[in-house]
Amino acid sequence: MSLIGFCQWLEKTPWSIALHESLWVYPIVESVHVLTLCLFLGTAVMLDLRLLGVTMRQVRVSEVVARLVPWTVAGLALMLLSGALLFYAIPVRTYLNIFFRIKVAMLLGAALNVWVFHARVYRRVGEWDLDPVPPKGARVAAGLSLVLWAGIVVAGRMIAYNWFDPPGVH
Amino acid sequence: MSLLPYFEWCENSAVGGAIRGSLWLFPVIESFHLLALALIGGAILVVDLRLLGLGLRRQPVRLLAREAQPWLVGGLVVMVVSGILLFASEAIKCYYSPAFWSKMTFLFPAMVFTFTVRRRVAAAEAGLRPWRGKLVAAVSLILWSGVGASGRWIGFSG
Repeated sequence: MSLIGFCQWLEKTPWSIALHESLWVYPIVESVHVLTLCLFLGTAVMLDLRLLGVTMRQVRVSEVVARLVPWTVAGLALMLLSGALLFYAIPVRTYLNIFFRIKVAMLLGAALNVWVFHARVYRRVGEWDLDPVPPKGARVAAGLSLVLWAGIVVAGRMIAYNWFDPPGVH
Repeated sequence: MSLLPYFEWCENSAVGGAIRGSLWLFPVIESFHLLALALIGGAILVVDLRLLGLGLRRQPVRLLAREAQPWLVGGLVVMVVSGILLFASEAIKCYYSPAFWSKMTFLFPAMVFTFTVRRRVAAAEAGLRPWRGKLVAAVSLILWSGVGASGRWIGFSG
């Protein structure tokens, strides 16, 4: 089955219709998605700022990771769950929306960035754990993370607008 | 005394009209509002989690509060400026929106609490009673969550 075929099938499932037409549940799920930005992105931003050497410079990077990232991961889980529900409520229109596609592409970029950071730079954190300003690799990863996540938030907000939607799609 | 004439003045201002008349200004300003939300969330959580005995609990509250403060203030400045612009573009809708009034009702005590009680408790030297820190963190989280949740709801009303 093609992706669009899958979305069309998804859209006809009773729970998708119920969620789409619900008076309260859809707005509540969307509110959870937006407010979890504070937990997920807020803690990620504080780590990125530490990696850039602009806040908590006296605190070990490994301590920031160990103590804040579990909250980031919890926020990510809530984000993915609420995001999946939002997609499930309006699959076809979302799939065809250009901002949604930009968002997914940037999400993959952000995931790749995290993976490269952990596989390369962070493996040697012992050598620069207490540096007020971490090495260039860490700063580049943090800068990329901030730019990508800002783009993801903006693109996500823009999904609500149908400026570039194909005609006849709701 | 009704505040309606003031809201009407905002709605009819040149800035409000320009944002309302533009296709993309509102979403762009709202994007900045959202980005500042994440920054404020991080700056508040780092300190409130610590006051609750979670997060970076090996660091003194004082240090975390001092480090987070510029990011909190910076985030709030972006938030207030973008919020006023968004408000100006739909002031009349806000006047009749219970969510808007709920947001303002949370926002005023949240601001006052953050820059008085919370600031003083977070700056205190060691010897702070843990339950006091926890109480302050809980009040802070409840007030700011109220601001955020009601703020999101403005978009669903009207």
